[in-house]
Amino acid sequence: MIPAAFAYRRAASVDEAIELLADEDAKLLAGGHSLIPALKLRIARPSVLVDVGRLDDLRYVRDDGDRIAIGALTRHAQLTSDPVLERDCAVVARAAALVGDPQVRHRGTIGGSVAHADPASDLPTVLLVLDADFVARGPDGERTIAASAFFTGPFETALAPQEVLTEIRVPKVERSVYLKHARRAQDWATVGVAAAVVGGSTQVALASMGPTPLRARAVEEALANGAGAGDASDRVGEGTEPPSDVSGSGEYRAHLAQVYARRALERL
Amino acid sequence: MTNVALTVNGERRETDVEPRQLLVYFLRDELGLKGTNVGCDTSSCGACTVLLDGESVKSCTVLAVQADGTEVTTIEGLATDGELHPVQQAFHEQHGLQCGFCTPGFVMATVSLLKENPSPTESEIRHALEGNLCRCTGYHNIVRAVEAAARAGA
Repeated sequence: MIPAAFAYRRAASVDEAIELLADEDAKLLAGGHSLIPALKLRIARPSVLVDVGRLDDLRYVRDDGDRIAIGALTRHAQLTSDPVLERDCAVVARAAALVGDPQVRHRGTIGGSVAHADPASDLPTVLLVLDADFVARGPDGERTIAASAFFTGPFETALAPQEVLTEIRVPKVERSVYLKHARRAQDWATVGVAAAVVGGSTQVALASMGPTPLRARAVEEALANGAGAGDASDRVGEGTEPPSDVSGSGEYRAHLAQVYARRALERL
Repeated sequence: MTNVALTVNGERRETDVEPRQLLVYFLRDELGLKGTNVGCDTSSCGACTVLLDGESVKSCTVLAVQADGTEVTTIEGLATDGELHPVQQAFHEQHGLQCGFCTPGFVMATVSLLKENPSPTESEIRHALEGNLCRCTGYHNIVRAVEAAARAGA
């Protein structure tokens, strides 16, 4: 499978990437592990690819006091073994280790995964449960977008066409877990459940249970009112729209979500 | 066309490529290195695995222009002076293959694994090879080959 023809421009800085994105048919290329398959299937047919993959100064995990700052081009393989994440936000490292396979993790980036916004993807779900902040830079400067406002639809985000995601900030958490059910090794989540204690309250988010990663607000509310893991997880289906596809029916996903939510809460 | 200059198996190569050209086709069709196979062409099967700056990647999901300035190692680059690389030798001795189509990818994935984790457990080996599919062997001899290569200090 061969992509349709495109022009290729390698950006030497974020500012240059923003300028190059002025072409309305341009697409940003990071690790390429969501975009290149889409190019090969010709689902995506940009006229220009703006490659930010060489911006090595956007590859870092940094302890920023009460939060951890992650450069958008940090590869999954780096996240899985990062000592700062391991100590203060292990769920990001654990979830990164479940993305694809080693070859994919050597190339794929956290920013690329987030900007691609696949509702069945692991890291967006984990970042949603953590109330992560997304830092984006565009022609009008920098802004921060809350995770709750970031994922707007399947493969759609709040990023404007000329904005570049540069950094992701997550809180330090002591208790966090991500459980994923996949049909095959290296697959996307049939259902994923992330849970974390953030600022004293237990938060839960779901992968592949709707058009975007979703917060399981009913479960959170039940927990806040003193329910145990079993009773709280019974409410996991509220507000979800689980899809039916080759990985499973909506009904099957709803069942999985309940079982995985209970297990996640028990392990938390 | 875009100019790319990279090192492939220790040899410097410089040429103009179409930006849409995938690394695997660059290696096979431009450089004639046909040891890297195209299997599924959807970044699932791992038959096209090569090393990019020492790390395993699926060359059907990397553009040749992305490899500009890098060092690429393919299966042809492993043996030195007619001596098989220890990972190749282990696959040979443990019979870690049947038809052989997936083998270059498994060998390259194993070289990358053992660089990151020189003494993997059996479970770690099986997880580390999740990106490579073999439809003949049932994987047991492949896992034995990786264990043997690790013991040999590959």
